[in-house]
Amino acid sequence: MSYQSFLIKYGEIGIKGKNRYLFEDALVDQIRFALKDVDGIFHVRKTDGRIFAEVEGAYDYDGAVEALSKVFGIVRFCPVKVTSDEGFEALSDAVCAHIEETYEKKDFTFKVETRRARKNYPKQSMEVNADLGERILETFPGTRVDVHTPEVRIHVEIRNEISIYSEEIEGPCGMPVGTSGKAMLLLSGGIDSPVAGYMTAKRGVQIEAVYFHAPPYTSDRAKQKVIDLAKIISVYTGPMKLYVVNFTDIQLAIYEHCPHDELTIIMRRFMMQIAEHFAKADDCLGLITGESIGQVASQTMQALFCTDDAATLPVYRPLIAFDKQDIVHLSEQIGTYETSILPYEDCCTIFVAKHPVTKPRLDRIVLSEQKLDGIVEPLVEKALSDVEIVEI
Amino acid sequence: MEAYLDNAATTRCSEKAAQAVTEAMTVTYGNPSSMHRKGMEAERIVKDARETIAKTLRAKEKEIVFTSGGTESNNLAIFGAVQANRRAGRRILTSAIEHPAVRNPMKALQEQGYEVIFLPVDAQGVVSLKALEKEANAETALVSLMQVNNEIGTVEPIAEASKIIREKAAQAYFHVDAIQAYGKRILTPEKTGIDLLSVSGHKIHGPKGVGFLYIRERTKLIPQILGGGQQWGLRSGTENVPGIAGLAAAAEESCRGLAEKEGRMRTLRAQLITGLQTMEDILINGGQTDETASPYITSVSVSGVRSEVLLHALEEEGVYVSAGSACASNKPAVSETLKAIGLPEQYLSSTVRFSFSAQTTEEEIAHAVDAMQRIVPKLRKYTRK
Repeated sequence: MSYQSFLIKYGEIGIKGKNRYLFEDALVDQIRFALKDVDGIFHVRKTDGRIFAEVEGAYDYDGAVEALSKVFGIVRFCPVKVTSDEGFEALSDAVCAHIEETYEKKDFTFKVETRRARKNYPKQSMEVNADLGERILETFPGTRVDVHTPEVRIHVEIRNEISIYSEEIEGPCGMPVGTSGKAMLLLSGGIDSPVAGYMTAKRGVQIEAVYFHAPPYTSDRAKQKVIDLAKIISVYTGPMKLYVVNFTDIQLAIYEHCPHDELTIIMRRFMMQIAEHFAKADDCLGLITGESIGQVASQTMQALFCTDDAATLPVYRPLIAFDKQDIVHLSEQIGTYETSILPYEDCCTIFVAKHPVTKPRLDRIVLSEQKLDGIVEPLVEKALSDVEIVEI
Repeated sequence: MEAYLDNAATTRCSEKAAQAVTEAMTVTYGNPSSMHRKGMEAERIVKDARETIAKTLRAKEKEIVFTSGGTESNNLAIFGAVQANRRAGRRILTSAIEHPAVRNPMKALQEQGYEVIFLPVDAQGVVSLKALEKEANAETALVSLMQVNNEIGTVEPIAEASKIIREKAAQAYFHVDAIQAYGKRILTPEKTGIDLLSVSGHKIHGPKGVGFLYIRERTKLIPQILGGGQQWGLRSGTENVPGIAGLAAAAEESCRGLAEKEGRMRTLRAQLITGLQTMEDILINGGQTDETASPYITSVSVSGVRSEVLLHALEEEGVYVSAGSACASNKPAVSETLKAIGLPEQYLSSTVRFSFSAQTTEEEIAHAVDAMQRIVPKLRKYTRK
């Protein structure tokens, strides 16, 4: 007998009071989206305050498990066997068959937990627990009952049909995407920004992204790499828009007119402004970056202060206190690391000063920026109007 | 306008070759080893292809073994030769500017304990015959040299090298990587004293994934791929009939009128070089005479410009070239060839390659020159400070 459904358990969203149904509906949507490309016919529905993903006929079990383990909002999910009610004997056989198939060694402590939603079932829950427990002990002499801290909890849920499950698979937790508004992610080809997007999405935030490319200093392959990264995180975040902005002319203007040790900071400030433009047009409530304090010259507290000043929307930096190693670890878990480290060239190093300021002062930066007055505005206009939008 | 000037990387498949491929995939799709009629039809195609190709080298049919391309041909030649020629010794001679498909097998043999000597080249990339004369001896099992260098287009003195080898190391196998030469110059391996010669299909307007190795009659070679014993046991595996059919069609076309083609290419190369030399601080690498420079490949160093930035800027103008190096932040790759010819440091990461084919036109060159003249001064303004 194979699993015919998945019981989905969610934590946090269970306690959201009157808004609860909104969260549940969002979770149902996200589960449907995640299962869309898995081989098989799935029906996702809410019943009795739980969510089930039921399967019709043959399907790709491993694919379904992988997809569900990436849906934010799921705390745990259980593969469930469903059997029709053909009397207690048949139920006992089904439970024993389940144990036979699922556990290689039958030497665990267990507890039967019955939920009787159909009240006309001839036995009461406690009775079912005791009688099934007895049958299990008889069939598998190596097992023992432990009602306080069992190694295996065998769940039996009696409705019109009877569900049996005992395994729990961990979900990613968090909240379903789409329950917390929208934000614009500044996505580069590096390791950090995809992780920042993932972490924000995990709190239910829908993500759009903006990427700045600088041909011929960056190549089409570098751009394709960013599209690939966006695709990987969209498995978690759902579909997103990726704004590809040609930043070359702005960068060249900064290079020509501003002090070289301030190039990166001024460049970052323009990126913030442009990202904010698209963010506002898309009803985003904030910007997201992968910055973490002190990682590079442009991410010192002073530099972040200067960058922040260029945006009016709140700038969220979920990695702000993370060490590089922790970020790398997360990116490996999410599956973006391998793509992030692909060595497509980034000849933007030309625009990185050999000795950039590490403690920029905002007043000076603003003064330097004034040298671009009358020059940069049309370039920014052009970058905005020439944007390429990639639907991920 | 587009100017595809990266023909040393790969070429556009010719109509005839593409047609031959399609037909062999959809009509004569049999397995040449099958005993029925379908098999015989496919076998016929392979046999005809072999005949066509043998003719282009004035070779015999049984001297042609089909492979998956240039890299496999080089591997089969090198490993197959040293394994078959154990009695001669464990000394191998090659040049310092070979393609990785030769250099890396050589390094592998070095690790296996062979004595591999990388012969130096001069500033034009010509291998030192003096060094060859000095190093070739009775213990030499294999000499492997390229006919035309893939990065800088230098033509190597293969005939002279062959004479030296016959004199000093008569028992050695002589392998020539002719991947950038076949279909571009007249090659007569038997007359020149070449035992093994590698060719790739997609450099001559044929399909990718197919090539051949010329193996001179009575040259014993140890096969590197074992299986059903196809191609006299030298290269097992069902023959890539579509690829072979396409390769033969391309070989026939590209080996025709070689002298006329070469003349036309010289004119194009002169046009390119003259156009580029209007700019300051430009180096033309490789051979400086008609004898030492293949007209198909022109390597150019442009000071003060990173090669891949130049490459992408040219790309925006529809001009496609190759970069001599790639400036990946975590894996800077500097060309072994450029280092070996002693190119000064500041040019190493500022080198691009223009490479032609029979399909290249005067208009394409004019467009490329015009793009270079516009782009280079602009890019030179921006350097890291």
